[in-house]
Amino acid sequence: MSKNPEFVKFDKVDKSYDGKVLVVKDLQLDIAEGEFITMLGPSGSGKTTCLMMLAGFETPTNGEILLDGNIISNIPPHKRGIGMVFQNYALFPHMTVYENLAFPLRVRKVEKDEIDKKVDKALSMVSLNGFESRMPAQLSGGQQQRVAVARALVFDPAVVLMDEPLGALDKNLRESMQYEIKHIHESIGVTVVYVTHDQSEALTMSNRIAVFNDGKVQQLSNPAELYEKPVNSFVAEFIGENNTFNGEVSDIDKDKCKVKLVNAEILANPISVKSKGEKTTVSLRPERALINPKDKMDNMFTGKIEEVIYHGDHTRVRLDLLGSSEFILKVPNSTSNLELKVKEDINIGWNSVDARALDPK
Amino acid sequence: MSSETKILTTDGIPLEVSLKKAERKNKIKAFALVAPLLLFLVITYIFPIGEMFTRSIDDKMITNMLPKTFKEMENWNGKELPSEEVFSSFYYDYKALVEKQEHGKLGQRLNKEKNGFNSTTKRLFRSIKRKKIDENASIKEQMMKVHKNWGNVEYWQAIKRTAPPYTLAKYLKGMDMYYAPDGSIVQVDEDRRIHRILWLRTLEIAFFVTLFCFLMGYPIAHLLATLPMKYSNLLMICVLLPFWTSLLVRTASWMILLQQQGVVNDFFVMIGLVADDNRPEMMYNKVGTYVAMTQILLPFMVLPLYSVMKTISPSLMRAGKSLGGTPFVAFWKVYFPLTIPGIGAGCLLVFILAIGYYITPALVGGASGTLISNQIAFHMKQTLDWSFASAMGLMLLTGVLVIYWIYNKLVGVDNIKLG
Repeated sequence: MSKNPEFVKFDKVDKSYDGKVLVVKDLQLDIAEGEFITMLGPSGSGKTTCLMMLAGFETPTNGEILLDGNIISNIPPHKRGIGMVFQNYALFPHMTVYENLAFPLRVRKVEKDEIDKKVDKALSMVSLNGFESRMPAQLSGGQQQRVAVARALVFDPAVVLMDEPLGALDKNLRESMQYEIKHIHESIGVTVVYVTHDQSEALTMSNRIAVFNDGKVQQLSNPAELYEKPVNSFVAEFIGENNTFNGEVSDIDKDKCKVKLVNAEILANPISVKSKGEKTTVSLRPERALINPKDKMDNMFTGKIEEVIYHGDHTRVRLDLLGSSEFILKVPNSTSNLELKVKEDINIGWNSVDARALDPK
Repeated sequence: MSSETKILTTDGIPLEVSLKKAERKNKIKAFALVAPLLLFLVITYIFPIGEMFTRSIDDKMITNMLPKTFKEMENWNGKELPSEEVFSSFYYDYKALVEKQEHGKLGQRLNKEKNGFNSTTKRLFRSIKRKKIDENASIKEQMMKVHKNWGNVEYWQAIKRTAPPYTLAKYLKGMDMYYAPDGSIVQVDEDRRIHRILWLRTLEIAFFVTLFCFLMGYPIAHLLATLPMKYSNLLMICVLLPFWTSLLVRTASWMILLQQQGVVNDFFVMIGLVADDNRPEMMYNKVGTYVAMTQILLPFMVLPLYSVMKTISPSLMRAGKSLGGTPFVAFWKVYFPLTIPGIGAGCLLVFILAIGYYITPALVGGASGTLISNQIAFHMKQTLDWSFASAMGLMLLTGVLVIYWIYNKLVGVDNIKLG
């Protein structure tokens, strides 16, 4: 059985609520069968709207959404067979856990024995056996979340949508739930469309991530590529930490360019600049800049330490470098740690490959 | 052992004592704050209800008028004619009343118990006036000569029935029943059972008004809870606007609308629904009461429903639909059960208000649309039978409490949400 690479397809979808502003602009997105795809973006970027259109609670203003080759824009939500996990769980407060899970099966007129079997299976999947007769209010946040996940999966939907399902949980629980959901996805192979504004959640869980901003997908790629090779400065800024230099391209060849800053010149990797004189923002991950590098690097500068912040597993160092006092370094915590003192000068180096010259901010 | 050791504070005082001491000031303050309300409630609510209750069962008048007689009657078996002692003590009691000029009241009151008593006592009064009774001879025989009714045991039984200081006669009257001469409870003739019809009609109208309010209020409340703020505020004002208008004005405006030459009838004639000479009567009957009461009580249904619906997350309905429920299933299985606390509160509120409603049925109800409260008012103002009015008022109150109890058994009062 070959997997359909266009299992879910957004085809030139536009969405506007008031007829004046487009919330989603010309969305073109293919989701493969069995994939875990995350829509990531700041609030108001259109990601939840996309999810609601897929679930059937909003209709596209223009364009079509296809599920397994069929246009679904005119199919009401209850006939789409798409499971959904809501932000605030949306468990039915007047039903027990069992009744909550049985609801989608009962409306499908499944036999009682079959319901019992499926509910049991779904509960064991989220390790909540024995909780059948509890009311949702008697469960902790994490347990409620797991019931919500089990309920969205119990009727074997082809696609499961999750709308910031972990937003209300505390940090530790959120992390363990991330792994749990990821493992469930891996074990049953359902297609998951996940919406979040938490980038670390997206990086941890997804096969692919679609970064939304301003109603558009800015970049669609796997987590590693998204982090290592952001295609524009929004993505670079939004995913992970980022040091930026604004300047102008003064020289360019195939895989290197010179960027003229206010008082210096750096070498960078030309990503979205084409010619001399273009304005650009150079993006550099904090962990790619090294202190006192042993090997030769093509960018070597001296900066002054402005601030040292201890973070446990690493130390953040803020430098005054090349006219910017916002340059951040991440130094891993090790026994051979350097003595970093404020106001001291320090040598910094990085490779031009890691300094990506992107579109100007 | 260890469970009995008291926890001490650092100063060595038991923790409980210390806590009580710390809390005492707050408790006094809290009590002082509610004290005015408590006092107000006692004066305006508990005391009047107690007063109403005593008035409704009070029957001390004769008890106080014939103290010696009733004392002697304790030894009477109540089947044959009473003994000489009973006759003579009645005679002396009655003589005392004649001197105080209160004998007339006794006659009237006893006449209610047994027809013919008025003339029977009047004869005795005349004999006493003319000093015809020889107090040294047998009073029993002389009295029987004054009026033959004194020799009839039924009359003495009637006196005996008035002996207890309290009676439930008014309550029986409210249910169209009375004490027969032998003390048993019987129903009044079928064609004279006015109160039972009124009770049933009151229940019927209250039930249907509640039903209409629910059927109309539910969609409005839902709309209020789900519309965007700027529309829902406007709608809320529309719901509350009648609320801010005087009840009397609203009822009067219904009279203008519903009368035979009124706006609604004019409209029906205009669109050709009814003939001009055959305008339906929509007022001074049940229709008028239904229409006006439903409109007036609607906000009491909408507001509790709204406050409950406001708390139901819209994502619950969405969840219901996304899990495969049709919109109706999602509504019926998910939304509706969650609104039951509001439905309960609204229905209870409307029903209890409707069951005791007065002004509207009085003005637009006519003969077939009046309720029990109108009957109570009638006895308060026209017949001045306050004890009967009190009895019916208390029966109404009991009815409301019973409904409340049934409701509690069915739905649970803890589930009520008023806001």
